[in-house]
Amino acid sequence: MGAQQRVFKQKIRSTQSLRKIFKAMELIAASRIQKAIARSQAASPYANALTRAVSAVASESNVDHVLTTESDSVKHAAVLVIGPDRGFAGAYSANLLREAEELIRLLRNEGKSVDLFTIGSKAKNYYTFRDRKIEKSWTGISENPLAEHAREIGEALLENFDPESADSGIDEIYIVFTRFVSSVTHDPEYRRLLPLEVVDAEEASTGGQAGESSDAPAFPLYEFEPSAEAVLDALLPRYIDSRILSALLSAAASEQASRQAAMKTATDNADDLIKTYTRLANTARQAEITQELTEIVGGADALAASAAGD
Amino acid sequence: MATLEVNVVAADREVWVGEAKRVIARTLDGEIGILPGHEPVLGVVADGEARILTPGEDTIRVKADGGFLSVENNRVIIAADQAELL
Repeated sequence: MGAQQRVFKQKIRSTQSLRKIFKAMELIAASRIQKAIARSQAASPYANALTRAVSAVASESNVDHVLTTESDSVKHAAVLVIGPDRGFAGAYSANLLREAEELIRLLRNEGKSVDLFTIGSKAKNYYTFRDRKIEKSWTGISENPLAEHAREIGEALLENFDPESADSGIDEIYIVFTRFVSSVTHDPEYRRLLPLEVVDAEEASTGGQAGESSDAPAFPLYEFEPSAEAVLDALLPRYIDSRILSALLSAAASEQASRQAAMKTATDNADDLIKTYTRLANTARQAEITQELTEIVGGADALAASAAGD
Repeated sequence: MATLEVNVVAADREVWVGEAKRVIARTLDGEIGILPGHEPVLGVVADGEARILTPGEDTIRVKADGGFLSVENNRVIIAADQAELL
């Protein structure tokens, strides 16, 4: 076998083994999307119940709470970037980080200083490489976020939240994540988490169906047990945790969906490459055969000519 | 007789859904019993268990740690960070 043919055969073999890996990753991602969507939907009754309760308390009582009051002068903002731990997901993390950069630029232009919190090693590496200070980062939870993680993150974010203090406290908290719309559409977006704007149940739940109660905006006159302040005190941190959890779950579903799409493209490209190399290898083989035939015929002609000359 | 529609939800899943004749839960002030037709309530649930009495005379005991209870239009929602059936 000629050298050229050997080169092509080698390339075909290595592309085939890569293709196998891509295909396997695609299938794994596809099965995980379903799980991620199911978990996201399982969390939505809680999110809906909390949203409704928080809206009810906020709408009918004149309770002032530190988490809902807007600060007059916002100096410090915290940004939580929810990114992936692993690559191989196409433009997923690039799109997310671009969104985060946009938000940070926006905040800086308004004269606010930004504290960074990151989830996932991709976001962490991005900012560490650029020598930006990260207040706190979590890794290893992006693919399988649990309620405990959301609680831990919520606590860390709320720790320094203090709009009333003039200098050091954080006045606003933003969250950047990828919203899962469908398995082909996922939009990176940012939202302000605090001070609180209570959003509709439809928005709070990610991909889940909103409870039928949400289309009745008028709340009955609740009796608060023990008091409206105490209820709000207990509800708000949970509401924030639940918002973080739903963002985490939505990001996890988007990550798997992006990975599946990226791996599908990679598999298709590998197929194309294999086809191209097979064609080239065939041409090389045919050229070699033609060459050999020409040599044999030429050699025989030369022999015959020299025999006739004797 | 009207029944209560009860949902028990934890942060990451729905724990129990069904009908009930009566729900008893512990709030910060003490125990609260809810029968059909109860006025709307939003309460903080203290650690401990809630009891749900179903129309079939079964008692379902739910452990609900740190959460709240909402009652309106015969619909009871017990939402807790961690909730499990006992």
